[in-house]
Amino acid sequence: MDLRYTSEELAFRDEVRQFLKDKLPADIRQKLIDGEHMDKDDLVTWSRILNEKGWAVPHWPTEYGGTGWDPMRQYIYLEETQKWPAPQPLAFGVNMVGPVIYTFGNAAQKAHYLPRIANLDDWWCQGFSEPGAGSDLASLKTKAVRDGDHYIVNGQKTWTTLAQYADWIFCLVRTDPDAKKQSGISFLLIDMKTPGIEVRPIVTIDGGREINEVFLTDVKVPVENLVGEENKGWDYAKFLLGNERINIARVGMSKQRLARIRELAAKEMSSGRPLIEDERFREKLASVEIDLKALELTQLRVVAADAKRGNTGKPDPASSILKIKGSEIQQATTHLLMQVMGPHAMPFHSGDMDGSNELPIEPDYAATAAPGYFNFRKVSIYGGSNEIQKNIIAKAVLGL
Amino acid sequence: MDFDLSDEQSMLKDSLDRLLKDSYGFEQRKKYMADPAGFSAEMWNAYAEMGLMALPFSEEDGGLDGTPVETMIVMESLGRALALEPYFATVILGGGALKAAASADQRAELVPQIAEGSLKLALAHTERNSRYDLHHVETKAMKDGDHWRLTGQKSVVLHGEAADKIIVVARTAGDVRDENGIGLFLVDSSAEGLTRRGYPTQDGSRAAELSLDNVPAEALGDPANGLPALQKTIDGAIAALSAESIGVMSAMQELTVDYLKVRKQFGVAIGAFQVLQHKAVDMFVAIEQARSITLYATMMAGSDDATARAQAMHAAKAEIGRGGRVCGENAIQLHGGVGMTMEYAVGHYFKRMTMIDTQFGDADFHLRALARGQGLFKAA
Ligand SMILES: Cc1cc2nc3c(=O)[nH]c(=O)nc-3n(C[C@H](O)[C@H](O)[C@H](O)COP(=O)(O)OP(=O)(O)OC[C@H]3O[C@@H](n4cnc5c(N)ncnc54)[C@H](O)[C@@H]3O)c2cc1C
Ligand SMILES: Cc1cc2nc3c(=O)[nH]c(=O)nc-3n(C[C@H](O)[C@H](O)[C@H](O)COP(=O)(O)OP(=O)(O)OC[C@H]3O[C@@H](n4cnc5c(N)ncnc54)[C@H](O)[C@@H]3O)c2cc1C
Repeated sequence: MDLRYTSEELAFRDEVRQFLKDKLPADIRQKLIDGEHMDKDDLVTWSRILNEKGWAVPHWPTEYGGTGWDPMRQYIYLEETQKWPAPQPLAFGVNMVGPVIYTFGNAAQKAHYLPRIANLDDWWCQGFSEPGAGSDLASLKTKAVRDGDHYIVNGQKTWTTLAQYADWIFCLVRTDPDAKKQSGISFLLIDMKTPGIEVRPIVTIDGGREINEVFLTDVKVPVENLVGEENKGWDYAKFLLGNERINIARVGMSKQRLARIRELAAKEMSSGRPLIEDERFREKLASVEIDLKALELTQLRVVAADAKRGNTGKPDPASSILKIKGSEIQQATTHLLMQVMGPHAMPFHSGDMDGSNELPIEPDYAATAAPGYFNFRKVSIYGGSNEIQKNIIAKAVLGL
Repeated sequence: MDFDLSDEQSMLKDSLDRLLKDSYGFEQRKKYMADPAGFSAEMWNAYAEMGLMALPFSEEDGGLDGTPVETMIVMESLGRALALEPYFATVILGGGALKAAASADQRAELVPQIAEGSLKLALAHTERNSRYDLHHVETKAMKDGDHWRLTGQKSVVLHGEAADKIIVVARTAGDVRDENGIGLFLVDSSAEGLTRRGYPTQDGSRAAELSLDNVPAEALGDPANGLPALQKTIDGAIAALSAESIGVMSAMQELTVDYLKVRKQFGVAIGAFQVLQHKAVDMFVAIEQARSITLYATMMAGSDDATARAQAMHAAKAEIGRGGRVCGENAIQLHGGVGMTMEYAVGHYFKRMTMIDTQFGDADFHLRALARGQGLFKAA
């Protein structure tokens, strides 16, 4: 056992750092540091830079544009981009529908969609959840009825992240109403410009505009937009959800936020001294750091196990805790960041939260602190709530 | 010991709850919030008509001689409704400062105006670097004949824009963090040299940044030794905020329990899942503990023993802070995606609860302060 990176891995890390330093536009990086929302353009710009370098989809098979990095390099890359921080690629394309297409799609689908995902020519969103189907996803009701060489889709999706920008939505739809829950579901790719699709915004508690309702009324979808086999969609969905686990701990992002907390706690005063000198505050910070260090190693154990096994898709039991612990740490750090601001967390900066301040008393960087805390309550709800994750561990790992 | 409300107290609670139930639904509140003032002038007048403004002032000053228990009743009800009117800023903070510091003449002039609802107040104490220390005061007061002139900046002044008069904490002598040399001053909102920038707060209320440039002001009480009066004011405010928190937490708990009963997943109401039941119970326990500590704070709010009073407030604010967080975070979690939306009430309660923790000292601040003392329990 040797817990250190090899010299090749260290050299690779330096290469990634240099690339980020040279290529990421400074204004985009600053937005991330300030906790502001990315514009569509920011992400498109960055995705194109990555794609030019050949790093847009590192984890994909090389034949579809992947880099061929081993899992350890994938992890180092992810960690460095999060820590820098650089924008994370649009997960709905790169991590979700892309792998589904290259694993289960046909040749025409692969040829058409995959390069467009890598270059962010198509903005994808995820149409899984419905008002009545959240944790119990398999109870979804959106219907697709075959009519010649089309499906006619009717139903409603909800919580659809960034659907307002989307060119395409991948949907789970019910194609066999008589089959048992999981068996009658199919995986459809739907062009958002198709008549009958309406997107309505849902404002989140922090005032953000990132989720939507998507209404589908008699939407005509060509049969060739079916991925894999009809009524096998649930298998593809499980595959998609299982792919999330490397990304989900967000260790690099939490490291970046901890660094930000330290930086700002040195500026904000408490009892006449910088807050960072306050014993209780330091202890709380230290406590989160312990959690994060342990999680980082847990993550590396999972990565190393994958590397050895050759990613079989069979999760290591330790991987189950990545989501739970990762979300808890993200929530603890957003809370700490809000605490740094003290009373200055209170003002609400409406509009696009540009942090502008006319009468310069409040620090600009306080503007996103409370909204960040509010917004990050979501991370223990989406992607399989933490209660659901624990149910899974109890059953699958502990055998209860 | 008697934990029951008197007949009059019950009547007060019932009539206020009825008023709020009729006129403070979620949609109505949204309308009030959209008003440029950020609250409803009509509701404000309704409170005045009910006598709520006059409640905590003595009869000599033109008030109704209410005790901290009446204030607790009012604040809990306002909390449950997430009421937006500047009751806390005017009556509890402004009024509290008048009670603690102003002369009989000043009270005779101002309290009747508060009582009839024609005078709104705000208290400006927070500064850029003060965090929660009341004695950290950089704003300066200079003597100018028989008046004073104030220069400095104040942050997050609750309802600072709506206020007709603002009570400003300023330094007449000493260094920035000296406990001596601090005074309370009354400033007219139209005074020359005063600039106000109002803005919405994270919890849907309003506050303002103040810039003071040689602003004429009138001293309230001893301009060289105003800290004890300020502390007493804030102690009263903490007791009142604790009571408000009980209203906020109870509403969250009820919304959550109702939701657990109606939301179905996997063919059953999600309230059937034991882990969610236990989280709802954690919320329940947090509220009952918070309610008890609020009663303690309320009992101590009127005490003239400044040390014992402060200890009680440290305990209350710390408990409200951590209990409120347990309650708020669980309320959102148990609602799933719905809890994350602006269109649903529970998130607004969560945000109010979170912001209460950032005012007058968060849970850590008060824990630290309490830990410095000899403890809440003295050896017999
Ligand atoms: C900000 C945000 C973005 C999202 N983006 C997308 C998106 O882009 N695409 C998409 O398809 N979906 C998206 N979602 C939806 C997300 O996946 C769901 O919110 C999630 O699956 C939970 O479903 P629900 O909200 O219906 O809550 P519910 O399933 O109703 O859960 C309510 C509560 O009950 C608990 N619970 C449910 N079942 C059990 C059980 N068996 N045992 C114990 N506890 C249980 C839950 O943990 C939760 O606490 C997003 C959600 C949010 C908040
Ligand atoms: C020091 C001590 C003193 C005691 N004194 C008395 C006494 O004076 N009178 C008396 O009648 N009994 C007494 N008991 C017994 C006690 O009531 C039982 O131990 C208790 O009810 C748990 O039952 P069990 O030991 O059979 O464990 P189990 O019921 O087998 O429980 C094992 C674990 O499962 C959990 N569990 C069980 N059922 C559920 C459920 N439905 N949902 C969630 N979790 C569950 C339990 O909390 C526990 O963690 C005493 C026990 C101890 C340890």
